[in-house]
Amino acid sequence: MVHNIMIVGVGGQGSLLASKLLGHLLLQEGYDVKVSEVHGMSQRGGSVVTYVRFGDHVYSPVIDKGEADVIVSFETLEAARWIGYLKKDGKVIVSTQEIDPMPVITGAMSYPEHLVDKMRAAGVTVDAVDALTLAEKAGSAKAANLVLMGRLSRYSDFPESAWQEAIEACVPKKYLELNRVAFAEGRAEQ
Amino acid sequence: MKQLLLGNAALARGLYEAGCSVVSSYPGTPSTEVTEEAAKYDEIYCEWAPNEKVAMEVAFGASLAGKRSFCGMKHVGLNVAADPLFTLSYTGVTGGIVICVADDAGMHSSQNEQDSRHYAKSAKLPMLEPSDSAEALEFTKRAFELSEEYDTPVIIKMCTRVAHSQSVVELGERVLPETIPYEKNIAKYVMMPGNAKRRHPVVEERMKKLTALAETTDLNREEMGGTELGIITSSTCYQYVKEVFGDRASVLKLGMIHPLPVQRILDFAAKVDRLVVVEELDDVIEQHCKALGLSVSGKDLFPVIDEFSQNLVAEKLGQPIPESKPLDEVLPVRPPVMCAGCPHRGMFYTLSKNKCVVLGDIGCYTLGAVAPLSAIESTLCMGASVSGLHGFNKALGKEGEQHAVGVIGDSTFMHSGMTGLANIAYNQSNSTVVILDNSITGMTGHQQNPTTGYNIKGDPAGKSDLESLCHAMGIHRVRVVDPYDLKACDAAVKEELAAEEPSVIISRRPCVLLKYVKHNKPIIADAEKCRGCKRCMGLGCPAISMRNGKAVIDNTLCVGCGVCEQLCAFDALKSGEV
Repeated sequence: MVHNIMIVGVGGQGSLLASKLLGHLLLQEGYDVKVSEVHGMSQRGGSVVTYVRFGDHVYSPVIDKGEADVIVSFETLEAARWIGYLKKDGKVIVSTQEIDPMPVITGAMSYPEHLVDKMRAAGVTVDAVDALTLAEKAGSAKAANLVLMGRLSRYSDFPESAWQEAIEACVPKKYLELNRVAFAEGRAEQ
Repeated sequence: MKQLLLGNAALARGLYEAGCSVVSSYPGTPSTEVTEEAAKYDEIYCEWAPNEKVAMEVAFGASLAGKRSFCGMKHVGLNVAADPLFTLSYTGVTGGIVICVADDAGMHSSQNEQDSRHYAKSAKLPMLEPSDSAEALEFTKRAFELSEEYDTPVIIKMCTRVAHSQSVVELGERVLPETIPYEKNIAKYVMMPGNAKRRHPVVEERMKKLTALAETTDLNREEMGGTELGIITSSTCYQYVKEVFGDRASVLKLGMIHPLPVQRILDFAAKVDRLVVVEELDDVIEQHCKALGLSVSGKDLFPVIDEFSQNLVAEKLGQPIPESKPLDEVLPVRPPVMCAGCPHRGMFYTLSKNKCVVLGDIGCYTLGAVAPLSAIESTLCMGASVSGLHGFNKALGKEGEQHAVGVIGDSTFMHSGMTGLANIAYNQSNSTVVILDNSITGMTGHQQNPTTGYNIKGDPAGKSDLESLCHAMGIHRVRVVDPYDLKACDAAVKEELAAEEPSVIISRRPCVLLKYVKHNKPIIADAEKCRGCKRCMGLGCPAISMRNGKAVIDNTLCVGCGVCEQLCAFDALKSGEV
């Protein structure tokens, strides 16, 4: 049995740290793990996706349409964009942050409204989190990635200590406390 | 110790464990991290070379001196290094040489989708192709052994999905090979006709021996399962095939992609009812099978375009694929954009405003082609902005010379722009070249280059001075502008286009993402003063958007560069001070 987590967002939002943390955690928990990342041009403010797969033995490094157990999205529109990758009974954890893409900035299109409601209406389980506000509360808007990881941790069976150990291993010491608080905010908030 | 490593980092670990001494590369997605990771091992000398040809020749020199060496590049980089590659095949090696080439099927970050396996065939070199990080590490070590045993450079072919996926590897120790003393060997290393004529048969003989190796090596392996379907595959396609079929089909997994075995393929084909080749891009393995007289499916089912996935393999081979329900709504696309505060923006705005014809190049600034700036009209390859501009101007004369410019980054200029500029100076086209000097190699993730004054480890290094360099090449008009200063940019562009001789404008300001660059406070948008004229929107800055007919600034993105402030005729955008 292979489990599939997708982390999606806008280039530069910090998805690489989130996938590093997950990779570390899953390896420690004894799984075979593959993590597929995006480097290069797409990182410049484009739509980015990271695939995290774990199980007894993982072959493909990518997640295909209809396969994701969970999509963690750093941005609302990006969650909607990748929804076709979700399994039938999959779940979306989405930050309510909205970042205008270029067609919206230039006025060619408008940012789609009520996306969370539309996803729910399509039968998707959506957990919408104001990760940006929670991250600012923790000390920095840049810690939204850890807020979302905290949220994800609520749906996992791994003990909190394992998550904490992974955070300590992956985050620079200087920012450890900030990230711990951000993680706790995401894990606790109802 | 088990560790999760990026394919590129695993390859770098292989360099370390194999006792590689010298690494020289030019960055290029998806190959860059190999050299960045190798540079973290103090035991390996690592450098960024000005281009891939130089890098490969450095690796050659280190090999000549008896040390194991490496160079890494993306697929199009191998085009640049093709000159040394083909003759390196003739000279062979002293210390082992491993060359990594990383293909980019799907063009995540590339200008074409070429299949590097053709290089192995035409340069007559062995090529290994790992399918995950563990193999990237293992194959690198094996490649050095093969290189020295068969007296040949060995190519390791990566692809985006192997290079940029993390998977589990087991780390080993570094083992230094025995020192090989330098020996003069003119017949082997001086490739003039008389000697080269004697080396070519050696190359052909070597290919025969390598083909014999392909028949027996464990780099290739048979994984027998159900025999109704037999699949020959390699690299990431192997993973997709196994994901779909597990043990329900038999697989011949090729780790050595050139030369291909003959008998081994015939034997495998004899054991299965139906034979299919699953390979990304061109039909290299399939054609080999067909030449053996086998009845085989491949590109009749699978595309030659784009990368594959497990669903694609399942669909093409009649297997079920999971249900997928996209949202029933047209969503705006999100292509990559130039960052807020990108120093290139001011220059592109100026070029666009002056209705210049802009020949572009390879780098972050290629994004200058995207609306609303839409300022670049051609992008071909590294350096083509400069040499292409010369051709454009020679063809059109004054009509071109007064409107056309070439734009090229600092790193790209050092890579391939200099020779084009020498041509402009020598053959005298009245051309205007803009060097977009952001003091770093940007797109690939901030690598140092000969103009930055720092080496791969971030330590002080030699520095090529762009102004002196242009002067020395015979360009008399060289001027520097700050791209945040729109008036200065406008004056420079107008004056240099009008000038009756070739000129270079150096548009200089460091990349806003560099750690040492201090950001200003975000611009403050005054809704009272804003008339909604949308002039600022012409910059295509991701930090500016219109809400209810008024410009608003995204404080999390804005770095206070002040370019929009200079455009606003109503004082609605004001700097928030430092």
